[in-house]
Amino acid sequence: MPTQIPIPIPRQLRDATRKKINRAPSSALATAVPWLLVMLGSLSPTWPVIASAPVLPPFGFLFLIAWQQLRPGLFPIWAGLPLGMFDDLYSGQPFGSAVLLWSLAMIAIAVIENRFPWRGFVQDWLAAAAIIATGLILALALANAGGAATPVVVIVPQLIVAILIYPLVGRAAGMADRFRLLPIMEL
Amino acid sequence: MAPPINRRSGHSRRAQYSNFIGYVIACAGALVGGLLLLVSVSDASAFSGLRTGAQDAAAPPAQLAANGRTASQGFWATLSGYFLSGSQNAQLRREVAEARVRLAEVTAVKEENARLKAILGLMETEPKPVIAARLIGSTSSSSRRFATLGAGSRQGVGIGMPVRSSLGLVGRVLELGTNTARVLLITDTESVVPVRRASDGIPAFATGKADGTIQLRLISLGVNPLKRGDAFVTSGSGGLYRPGIAIAVVSRITVDGAIARPLSDPGMTEFVVVDPIWEEAVKAADLPAEARP
Repeated sequence: MPTQIPIPIPRQLRDATRKKINRAPSSALATAVPWLLVMLGSLSPTWPVIASAPVLPPFGFLFLIAWQQLRPGLFPIWAGLPLGMFDDLYSGQPFGSAVLLWSLAMIAIAVIENRFPWRGFVQDWLAAAAIIATGLILALALANAGGAATPVVVIVPQLIVAILIYPLVGRAAGMADRFRLLPIMEL
Repeated sequence: MAPPINRRSGHSRRAQYSNFIGYVIACAGALVGGLLLLVSVSDASAFSGLRTGAQDAAAPPAQLAANGRTASQGFWATLSGYFLSGSQNAQLRREVAEARVRLAEVTAVKEENARLKAILGLMETEPKPVIAARLIGSTSSSSRRFATLGAGSRQGVGIGMPVRSSLGLVGRVLELGTNTARVLLITDTESVVPVRRASDGIPAFATGKADGTIQLRLISLGVNPLKRGDAFVTSGSGGLYRPGIAIAVVSRITVDGAIARPLSDPGMTEFVVVDPIWEEAVKAADLPAEARP
């Protein structure tokens, strides 16, 4: 019978997978992960897809909504300002469009949150779908005000994809949430 | 889902104020967004410095990702090749036989062309390309059609330069960073390219439709002479694009023109070539001729 050779695993990683009583999540990680995930979604124009039509859902926007529904109050209510500004740098929209729309979306989600505290998966999805649809159509209108002349028909496939993929984005945010709250800091 | 924890601020003045100020900042954020938007709508190049800086910063990982894109495309091409090899082989043989004949004809035409040009005293007017680079990203979630080019002012790229692949025109440079540039693709609704039918030179304008196709509008109104399969090339008027770059093939006829499919899919091209602005290139070439007495 072959003896098991112990593989050296970094102590922090080994401990991270165990339940320990004197461990706490790293506050830096817990704070940074949501912001980084939204910014990563905003960077989707640098992903290796050269599209001749708008096909990808706006991942930054989807992650923002997902985080806000998963953990209300995690982002400050004004988070749309800095995150939208970052998104505008890459999205190709006229600068300021995401700042405006994301700020309004954050307020809208907070209003829904206060008005309907009891919500299930379906209600969350419906609310998110309404916000995504409004956001995409207003973004198209703003892009058209900035010199383009795109008919609404063009974004219909993107809209459907964005609404259908939203629960998956929510799952991804949930996984990131579990990751960011891993108890890895020794007390 | 259980109702979330009560986040009412209660009697704490401090908590009430910070909650209220959060909403004030959020509304101010929306206002700031509106103001930024007004500025950028009235002047499209207003924040180009910020944008190109950000593009430059994101360029190195995007270059790597572009490598991955071409690699994965090669993988799929290899895989599908196994299934299609037999029929494709036969078809390619036929095409090669035809192409040999065409090549002989074209060589003859080329020689004749060179001779005629020599008689007329024209100089060779094909400009030397500025650089060959990769497209490293595109605004795939916005309704605007921009792509990011992996070369910028340091590589000699300039604003307005046409970008083409081996198959046809891709777009033109709109904003310039140090190592990246933003390219307005021909499928964007703001892009207007003067074109002509390759066979007889009927002039038209090619405007993007933002869904991957191009709207061709004829300049001279009347009976629509276009047919499916007509190829269009740049006409060179306006001085930006060199005449004769292939751009699109008609796929559907409309009342005042046609819908055309662009020949070069920017997603499928590995490298694109940046040409100098046509008129300036011609002027530079002409200058010594004028200086001569």
